[in-house]
Amino acid sequence: MSEAMQTEPPMRKGLGSDSGRLQRAPLLTRALRRPELGALSGVILIYAVFLVVAGSSGMFTVEGIVNILSVAAEIGIIAAAAALLMIAGEFDLSIGSMIGFAGIIIGLGTTVYGLPLSISILVALVACGAIGAANGYLTVKTGLPSFIVTLASMLVLRGLAIAVTRYTAGYTQISKITESDPDSSAIALFGGDVGQGIFRWMAEAGWIATKANGLPIVEGVPVSVLWWVGLTAIATWVLLRTSFGNWIFAVGGDSVAARNVGVPVNRVKIVLFVLTAVSAVLFAATQITEVGSADTLRGTMKEFDAIIAVVIGGTLLTGGYGSAIGALLGALIYGTVQIGILYTGIDSDLFKVFLGLMVLMAVLFNNYVRRRATQER
Amino acid sequence: MSPIIELKGVHKSFGTVVALQDLSFAVHAGEVHCLLGDNGAGKSTLIKILAGVHAPSKGDYLIDGQKVHMTSPRQALDRGIGTVYQDLAMIPLLSVTRNFFLGREPKKGWGPFARFDVGNADRIVVKELADIGIDVRDPSQAVGTLSGGERQCLAIARAVYFGARVLILDEPTSALGVHQAAMVLKYVAQARNRGLGVIFISHNIHHAYTIADRFTLLNRGRSKGTFLKSEITRDEVLHVMAGGEDLRQLEAEIGQLSARRA
Repeated sequence: MSEAMQTEPPMRKGLGSDSGRLQRAPLLTRALRRPELGALSGVILIYAVFLVVAGSSGMFTVEGIVNILSVAAEIGIIAAAAALLMIAGEFDLSIGSMIGFAGIIIGLGTTVYGLPLSISILVALVACGAIGAANGYLTVKTGLPSFIVTLASMLVLRGLAIAVTRYTAGYTQISKITESDPDSSAIALFGGDVGQGIFRWMAEAGWIATKANGLPIVEGVPVSVLWWVGLTAIATWVLLRTSFGNWIFAVGGDSVAARNVGVPVNRVKIVLFVLTAVSAVLFAATQITEVGSADTLRGTMKEFDAIIAVVIGGTLLTGGYGSAIGALLGALIYGTVQIGILYTGIDSDLFKVFLGLMVLMAVLFNNYVRRRATQER
Repeated sequence: MSPIIELKGVHKSFGTVVALQDLSFAVHAGEVHCLLGDNGAGKSTLIKILAGVHAPSKGDYLIDGQKVHMTSPRQALDRGIGTVYQDLAMIPLLSVTRNFFLGREPKKGWGPFARFDVGNADRIVVKELADIGIDVRDPSQAVGTLSGGERQCLAIARAVYFGARVLILDEPTSALGVHQAAMVLKYVAQARNRGLGVIFISHNIHHAYTIADRFTLLNRGRSKGTFLKSEITRDEVLHVMAGGEDLRQLEAEIGQLSARRA
């Protein structure tokens, strides 16, 4: 082989490889290759706009920011898992129903069957994880689009949640869940606040608004924000620095090619369906521990909110390209606009209009970026 | 010298469709064995059996003289049989490094913290590609940005790096321009000279006759014989590739039609 190289050095030139042209892609090109770029510019743009139109309205006080973050965290928890699944080329439309269904398991387990709250959450994790696995198994075995398979489970789960709750509890809502097990460590783990000390200190210093008794109105950052950031960090690490992450990209990019080189395509997909189901349970757990009740209609349309955040975050609907950090930024945009619009005095009904346009712009931008990324020559 | 891989009396049917009948085929180390045949002759089925995708319905598959039964491409890979598919070899959106190591990522760290050693992987890819004369500017660039020839060479280099002793190349030059194809053919010749066995499928007589040491002709699921390059002329190969008897008949018919017009 080295002989061939010595006798024919011109192989480097003229035969497809232009060694002298460029050593390293310019910074702009490398930045354009990152899926998060669009979402990052979106975040900057949106904050610039809100600073101008609502800068003095209280949106950028600690209360406003905590509000934004708690909305973003909810969406972001399911978006992190949905991003991995979408990068692998699949959808999970049952996330929203799964949130309602998990809530019912947790609620009934604690109030009707007298289980400790943390055990109920564990039961929900196992049950919903199994349903997620079933979603995945059906998708890979039937070869049907996951859109159809999970559309079916979306309807089945919502119907089951309502029917079971009405049959067992008589209503479609379950209240006093946290009151049934008020000392549960699950309440602090999923529904508590962090940084209360700092917030009290800030209140004493007069930096943030306080109640009549001198305590801050906002007691701390919801722990769901930590879940959101933590899950995104783990998802990012998995995607970029593990074999499994490489397989996720490959499965979404071209599942036949991936299978040909020995990637366990079906297993990857099933694991990711389990993950989205687990993220839905986490969503339900944070919501229940925060408000104390469950409702069979919880989580309605959340599957689309998750998809919106993921798509705004630069992940391709067709799979093979995307990022969890992008999904975090997408969720942040979602939360910022939903809360921010209340501060601007603009009719908040227009939130969805704005969101729709954002999605359209994001997809167009992403398509452009993908063309740039794959056709540099 | 005994062949690296050998098929003996292999028969493969899918339901009622017979794809291969009583086929015997062997590949030796250090030779390029060219597989010729029209669409539907059974080339794809043969490749898939060799690559471990399908198991033969009847007959034996031997590797180094040992009978094997394989049910997945992974098993074939582990035995040193690397297949490079025409257009399914690479995932365009994935980076060069990630494609190269897909399914066999190098690890560092331990237990649950074992991670994909991207830095090391990048270095290996740049070196392996430099060895075959491809200068990758940035191994984190998407494979879609490489030229067709570079992509094909990358796929072959990957198979070789992971210990392939036999390369199955399915139309490696069919979608390439002249220079790109030359680059791939040169690399195939290099691989052969290093003692690899190569199964080469092509529709291009110039590419096939230039690179091959041995030819096997397939027709309707049966072997029409295996010939050394010295035993068969370019025209004979061309004749088979162009459709053989069918073409001769067609020529005669068109000749008659032309005569009638005159």
